[in-house]
Amino acid sequence: MILDRRNFIKTGGAAVAGTMVLPPLLKSCQNIQISPDVKSYLDHFEVTPEMLQKVIAEAMSKGGNYADLFFEHTISNSLGLEDGKVNSAHSNVDYGVGIRVLKGDQTGFAYTESTNLQDMLKVAKTAANIANDPVTFKQSDLIEKTIPNYYKVSQKWENATIEEKIPFVQKVNDRLYELDDKVTKARVFQRDESSYVMFYSSEGLLTYDYRPMATLGVVCVMEKDGQIENDYSARSMRQGFEFMNDNVVEELAQEAVKKTNFLFGAGKPKAGELPVVLGAGGSGILLHEAMGHPFEADFNRKGESIFSDKMGKKIAKDFINIVEDGTMENNRGAINIDDEGNDVKKVYLVKDGVLESYLHDRISANYYGVDPTGNGRRQSFRHAPLPRMRITYMENGPHTTDDIISSVDYGVYVDNFTNGQVKIGAGDFTFFVKSGTLIENGKLTQPIKDINIIGNGPQALADITMAAGDYKTATGTWTCGKGGQSVPVGMGLPSVLVKKLTVGGTSA
Amino acid sequence: MTKDEKYSIAKWAMEHAVKNGAQQARVSIYNNNSSQIEVRDEKIDKLQESNRNGMRINLYVDNKYSSISTNRITNREELGKFIEEAIAGTRYLAEDEFRTLPDPERYYKGGGPDLKTVDPNFNSVDPQQKVEDAFDMEKEVLGSDERIISVSTSYRDGLSGSVMMASNGFEGDSENTYYSLNASVSVTDGEARPQGAWYESSIFSDQLVRKDIGKKALKRALDRLGQEKIASGKMPMIVENKMAGRALQPLISALNGYSIQQKQSFLIGMIGEQIGSGLMTVTDDPFIVSGRGSRLFDSEGMATEKRAVVENGILKTYFIDTYYGKKLEMESTTGNTTNLVFKPGEKDLEGLLADIDRGILVTGFNGGNNNGATGDFSYGIEGFLVEKGKLIKPVAEMNITGNFKLLWKDLIAVGNDVDPSRSWRLPSLVFDNVDFSGI
Repeated sequence: MILDRRNFIKTGGAAVAGTMVLPPLLKSCQNIQISPDVKSYLDHFEVTPEMLQKVIAEAMSKGGNYADLFFEHTISNSLGLEDGKVNSAHSNVDYGVGIRVLKGDQTGFAYTESTNLQDMLKVAKTAANIANDPVTFKQSDLIEKTIPNYYKVSQKWENATIEEKIPFVQKVNDRLYELDDKVTKARVFQRDESSYVMFYSSEGLLTYDYRPMATLGVVCVMEKDGQIENDYSARSMRQGFEFMNDNVVEELAQEAVKKTNFLFGAGKPKAGELPVVLGAGGSGILLHEAMGHPFEADFNRKGESIFSDKMGKKIAKDFINIVEDGTMENNRGAINIDDEGNDVKKVYLVKDGVLESYLHDRISANYYGVDPTGNGRRQSFRHAPLPRMRITYMENGPHTTDDIISSVDYGVYVDNFTNGQVKIGAGDFTFFVKSGTLIENGKLTQPIKDINIIGNGPQALADITMAAGDYKTATGTWTCGKGGQSVPVGMGLPSVLVKKLTVGGTSA
Repeated sequence: MTKDEKYSIAKWAMEHAVKNGAQQARVSIYNNNSSQIEVRDEKIDKLQESNRNGMRINLYVDNKYSSISTNRITNREELGKFIEEAIAGTRYLAEDEFRTLPDPERYYKGGGPDLKTVDPNFNSVDPQQKVEDAFDMEKEVLGSDERIISVSTSYRDGLSGSVMMASNGFEGDSENTYYSLNASVSVTDGEARPQGAWYESSIFSDQLVRKDIGKKALKRALDRLGQEKIASGKMPMIVENKMAGRALQPLISALNGYSIQQKQSFLIGMIGEQIGSGLMTVTDDPFIVSGRGSRLFDSEGMATEKRAVVENGILKTYFIDTYYGKKLEMESTTGNTTNLVFKPGEKDLEGLLADIDRGILVTGFNGGNNNGATGDFSYGIEGFLVEKGKLIKPVAEMNITGNFKLLWKDLIAVGNDVDPSRSWRLPSLVFDNVDFSGI
């Protein structure tokens, strides 16, 4: 895709939007053959191939054995509705280049918020300091890499005006009040982001990506007989303005009202170890915390993960297949290429119950002598890549949801979550259940709310005794934090039974 | 960027906004310079340097409000266009009569004390010293115990500065430094690989505690070997000082103007009411010399004041900024906490434990959340079973569940072990009747 310069500066007073006033076209690539696509990115960042090569040479000037440059320009806009009106807006512009130098598994990293040659050379020199060895670097020929497109956009956010966005935000609020007269407060937010990234490495690899993100969400507050409850529903996709439509508005309003209503009269289960049925979809948080993080290869390389010596071993029932994928169309966790220029693949972490792969970045893939898995991600140009998840899910199993629920004497069914966490070494993971339902004698009975569930990763994985055929991909705004970096992720799960987890509740 | 340069850009941007249709504008410009050295296996694992600049502008246009931020602040042509377009876009929003800058009477007008939040030697710390600090923590423990599988240590420092100007007459700047050392150690007994961590931090390089960080991290990891869950039940809970913020944070969040106005607070209408036991006294004190949260003005420029938050269990104030003050028809206090000081008790942690017949000492939280509107909470914890004042064994994979309205009334003892290196100065706390779920 070619960047249209006019799109970049065209907002015409109609949008609170970040724009850049660009200088006259630079004369780039006099003697290096590059495509118009790449040229538009080079021009956008006001650099030439010759400049990239100079900066890489400086980065390698202390004997590093690899270096890369990560250029980023991100424009985000958000709208907020509070007390019935769309009455706040925010726009942000972020721009810069991160320079990373590797010496074995050691990293030097620095960034600059300007792409001026002198500024880039200065930070390249800082990052170069990780090495102190004879220089062996020879400039590589430039290899342009074309990438697939997992997030096709029909209406770019840069062309959408604030005037066009406002009615959708307003309508979420209005539908909420129409649907239920217990609604006393609503807060709606809409956010869109357009991120342009360009990557160049000491191996000569030059590539780029355009990464859109769209989010719409609502917090719903209801009052009934003096009791106040609130819940939240949101959608987030890598899409353009086409994301905003009447269907998503209606879906969100219905869901928020339904979820909040559910909380009135909800209680707490008996505290202790209980069978837990995880409903299809957002319950993927179980995989994310209990397995995804401990499978990240940096923890394993350092011997810190509870799964560090489990490669090739049977860790779950035969019917369990856990996948890590970055190619799911328009998913929040999808990426066309990872932040180290590697192809994004679908990777089986667990196949037929056997641990098959960790999630790798460049450093860990080299350490283990395996191909990169496309999991090297970073929050922005200010951060060095780490092994991170993209979309983590479990494939369908052989059971039915009814079989699963009817097999439980006393336990909980959970399908609405807010957050989770894991201690990598001990393997203890948690997730917070906003709402669920008690299971008594094989039947769903009372609503429950606001309980934390805690388990141990390897034990919980071994304890998944049933999995249904009702797989669903979660659609919420999941963001994963690690090492001070946040990245958007996706998840999914069919309904499963975990034989026992420790459920928060009240003591008898 | 120097302070004068920041003022000059801020002034230009503010005037540009007012000239182009905004009735009011507030501009802040900040920079953060930091470095980080991570050490592993007797090598530098990661060396990072960061120099970040940014600008934020709040625009008040015909009773309508928006804000913009950017890190592209030196090109005036580009910046000017960004501001003009934002003003044009703001006009499409709905009116919000409550959006204004604060009353200028409330602004900090200079002449405050020197709070000593900056190390004057920040730029002359020897880089070699930083590297040695990181290696020294590793040396304390490497090879000292065969159960060690991984040791990571890090040195970090940072200098941040900002200036702020508002079109109705505010001008102010602030500067802060920090240094921190962190060690984390993983150990194993063949199965689990628990991790223990310790850190120290300071505003001044020459006051940074450098000794025993590695050793404390190792001890905390080894102490966790053999951890298991125990039977569910109601017991006293002792929360270690470094973790006490997790118990206080939801309460402070419930005092925020936004939470109250949006009905997401369990403390609506509770000023003057008993919300905790008589042992609970919390003061917000912005003027502690070299306090990590010390400041002369808040994020809107309003002069800070020392405030009683809770006195002997009775709620004294909310944290309300200008916007929510107007919406709630209440006087705005401030939207920000500074140094939250919990009045200490007489005993150290050992003394608190000595009074416990059977309970759980919580040394770490693992996930969990709370319902702001109702005060319900449920958190994962790890810690130690305490019997007759002694630590019996490490416990983990357990939850605590309850309601903050009741929890704080069950506060039965307060330690004297306040940690002064943090902005929230909290001692170890003992709560009675806490629901633990385990086996």
